[in-house]
Amino acid sequence: MKIGPLPRVLRHLVLMTGTVAMLGPFVVMVMTSLKPKAEIFAPEFHLLPHSWGGTENYTTALTQVPLLHFLLNGAIVTAAIFLLQVLVNVPAAYALAKRRFRGRDAMFGTVLVCLLIPYQAIALPIYILFFSTGIINTYASLVLPFTISVFGIFLMRQFFLGVPDDLIDAARIDGMSEYRIVWGVMAPAAIPALIAFGIFSLVAHWNDYFWPLIAVGDQELYTPPLGIAFLKLNGEGTAYGPLMAAATIVITPLVLAFLVAQRRFIEGITFTGLKG
Amino acid sequence: MLVVKPDATAIARPSRGAVRIGGVTKRFGDTLVLDGIDLSIEAGEFITVLGPSGCGKSTLLRIVAGLETQSAGTVAIDGAAMEGLAPNARDIAMVFQSYALYPHLTVAENIAVPLRMRALKPLQRLLGVALTPAVRRIHQSITAEVQAVATMLRIETLLPRKPAQLSGGQKQRVALARAMVRRPKVFLMDEPLSNLDAELRVHMRAEIAQLHRQLGATFIYVTHDQVEAMTMSDRVAVILNGRLQQVASPDALYRDPDSLAVAQFVGTPRINVLPASLLAMKGPPGSQVAIRPERLAVQRDGGSLQGHLAYRENLGSDLFLHVEVPGVPALLIARADPAAGEGIAIGNALGLTIDPRHALLFDAAGQRLRP
Amino acid sequence: MNNRGSVLLLTAPALILMAVFLIGPLVAVVALSFTNYQLGAPSLSFVGVANYIEMTEDETVRVSLANTLIYVAIVVPTSVALGLGAALLIEADSSLRGFYRAAYFLPVMATLIAMAIVWEFVLDPRFGAVNMALKALGWGPFDFLHDRKLVLFTLCGIGIWQSVGFNMVLFMAGLTAVPHELYEAAAVDGAGRGPERFKLVTWPMLGPVTLFIVVITAIRAFQVFDTVQVLTDGGPNKASEVLLHTIYAEAFNFFRDGYAAALVVVFLLFILALSAVRVFVLGRSRT
Repeated sequence: MKIGPLPRVLRHLVLMTGTVAMLGPFVVMVMTSLKPKAEIFAPEFHLLPHSWGGTENYTTALTQVPLLHFLLNGAIVTAAIFLLQVLVNVPAAYALAKRRFRGRDAMFGTVLVCLLIPYQAIALPIYILFFSTGIINTYASLVLPFTISVFGIFLMRQFFLGVPDDLIDAARIDGMSEYRIVWGVMAPAAIPALIAFGIFSLVAHWNDYFWPLIAVGDQELYTPPLGIAFLKLNGEGTAYGPLMAAATIVITPLVLAFLVAQRRFIEGITFTGLKG
Repeated sequence: MLVVKPDATAIARPSRGAVRIGGVTKRFGDTLVLDGIDLSIEAGEFITVLGPSGCGKSTLLRIVAGLETQSAGTVAIDGAAMEGLAPNARDIAMVFQSYALYPHLTVAENIAVPLRMRALKPLQRLLGVALTPAVRRIHQSITAEVQAVATMLRIETLLPRKPAQLSGGQKQRVALARAMVRRPKVFLMDEPLSNLDAELRVHMRAEIAQLHRQLGATFIYVTHDQVEAMTMSDRVAVILNGRLQQVASPDALYRDPDSLAVAQFVGTPRINVLPASLLAMKGPPGSQVAIRPERLAVQRDGGSLQGHLAYRENLGSDLFLHVEVPGVPALLIARADPAAGEGIAIGNALGLTIDPRHALLFDAAGQRLRP
Repeated sequence: MNNRGSVLLLTAPALILMAVFLIGPLVAVVALSFTNYQLGAPSLSFVGVANYIEMTEDETVRVSLANTLIYVAIVVPTSVALGLGAALLIEADSSLRGFYRAAYFLPVMATLIAMAIVWEFVLDPRFGAVNMALKALGWGPFDFLHDRKLVLFTLCGIGIWQSVGFNMVLFMAGLTAVPHELYEAAAVDGAGRGPERFKLVTWPMLGPVTLFIVVITAIRAFQVFDTVQVLTDGGPNKASEVLLHTIYAEAFNFFRDGYAAALVVVFLLFILALSAVRVFVLGRSRT
């Protein structure tokens, strides 16, 4: 597609304006995290720091609350969720896509219905369940509700439908067990779908605030979103230097992952967005 | 051209691989896919199961393989009942239409899968490396066998590649290698050539037939392509609508069909069918006569039937004349020498002569009436 | 091979977890909505539709529902339109395409709770960048997050900022599905450029995708919670109270679980109604 010189300039003009709005908060965040207090609260605004306040801000952010510990919690929780999601949902997706059994249509129908349930709607009974069984306020309480992903089942099933039946028959003739077929044949064939689902799961659960807010009271178990909210609500409130430093620290892992594997991320979110 | 290298270790006299299929019936819900199939296949025989798509032939093959369970009937290999045996315990190998190569494994790994599954325990497979001398010996023997099979099929250079990097013909060879490497009693082939282009198909036909002669194993070959059936097999079993119609040598099937359905299914162009009454042939009411196009002689005048040329098809080697005859619903097709038929134009009056020795008589239900 | 046994092994974990964490809680929340259950209380009793009747008289719920609907009504059309515009403009030429795509998508990825705090700072009436810029133009200052008239629109703005990129990539996926031949045919037919081509080819082809994007954006907008909880706590004076935040407060601040469950049922009905639109649209586009 070719466009003329005037539309080309106009395109950049409009998109650059948008870019300022989109990236502005990120730039302000990083720059503010590098400014000393006096400069942050100065009556006139300038983007670049005139004097260095980064060391103090980042030190405060990391010592006032155990931010690194929160990041570790986030990593543990998101990794555990994804691992268990794969273990639970991939075999079910395979059975739904490739096995004939009684009740298959009913099971798939249930999956479709469950797709419509937003998790905030069922958080209350799950909280009550966890509260009464004593699971609340543990790593398990952060992970367990998300081990079932009807969305994952749906997505993987759609992908598995495209895997030729012959391949599964060949695996049976070669003497593979059903589990061996799932993990040795189907899963390797579905790597693109697994990556897309993994990115979707990572983004959703790293950023999730609602459920950790409910499930966890103990600071030891805080995930990054809880940690930064805690810093804001229970810290000095308007200590924006350390707050911006903390926000930068919390956002950096995902943003770095995104910049490294940009195409994968966009594909993953698009793929999961369109299918969901 | 001989592509398969002669192999001294090939078994010359087959003594194993006799398959007996007794009364096999298969229902999917209310639909009857296979209806009481009885078929005895001798050890070392190359038998083709021929039928149109959806006739149940693939289901029959999958029942023999153990991928599908029959609703009734028995399958036995060398006298041993196969019921309840998993596919890998049946001493069979299968080649699929879509080749079914594991996309994430190299060619060598693909060929090695059945051997690894048989020889190694799950934990040993999982580790991937040989920890004990015994396991190392197994790994070595697997590598050697893969190498031997690859040499036999001339795919040694492809061993490190992934299936995505192979052409259709190469994939087909790898699939054959994976089947051969386990030295099964019975090879099951489900339309293995239908994804190949025409030229390669002719070539692979010869190669598979050659392979059968060398291995001496039983081949059960499923296809809808009658040319494959006629050129490769010792015997052909025709299945139509889930019923076994006839089992015979390719030649007998063509010359001496048991039913009108088989006569019509085998042979290109289709056999001509006309009411027996038109030819004054003796038979019960409603009898029909069928005659192959090459047995229908055409002349400018005379003959036992009169008609007009409706359409001519010149293939270079053969000229097919489609003749409209009053009282016959379909056009009659006659094969002629292109040189002899040069002057005949559409609309010309023609006479047809039928040689009664080659005319096949069927009753109203389509069953053959033999003199 | 035991067919039934192996299917059971494959599906049992998912089925059990689905019962415990999806179906069970769904049934429980509907059942709870007819009780006066309170967490930790020794007993509960059936109260019929009392919770639902109370809801109709509850000023907070009325405001909360109204705010949520206003939020959805503003965020959905704006972010869908901006997402479509961004997708069309970015795809129109190859220059800086990758950069723009990444820039617009970044807010989708970034932890919303952290970015909400950044927004709070950017919008600060005294030393926030936005008010400084407005002051230079002779306006303001505005207390975006504490002014009753502004707060909901401010939250809408953050919501739009966050979802434009998501809608943009969905539209881009829709655009790649438009067959290239159609553009060539349009060019041959004399509608090769600009608005005419958009009207003739792009828009009709994007129609089903657009409806789909509208519905999922609406569902996401209905679930607005993070920004409200951390920035305004529903205030000032309920001006930014939204449904999920009300539910959260009833359930986990006041422990009125039966009443919260009834609110959840209302929330769920809205989501299901939106999903029904989607199912209807999908059904129609397939025929």
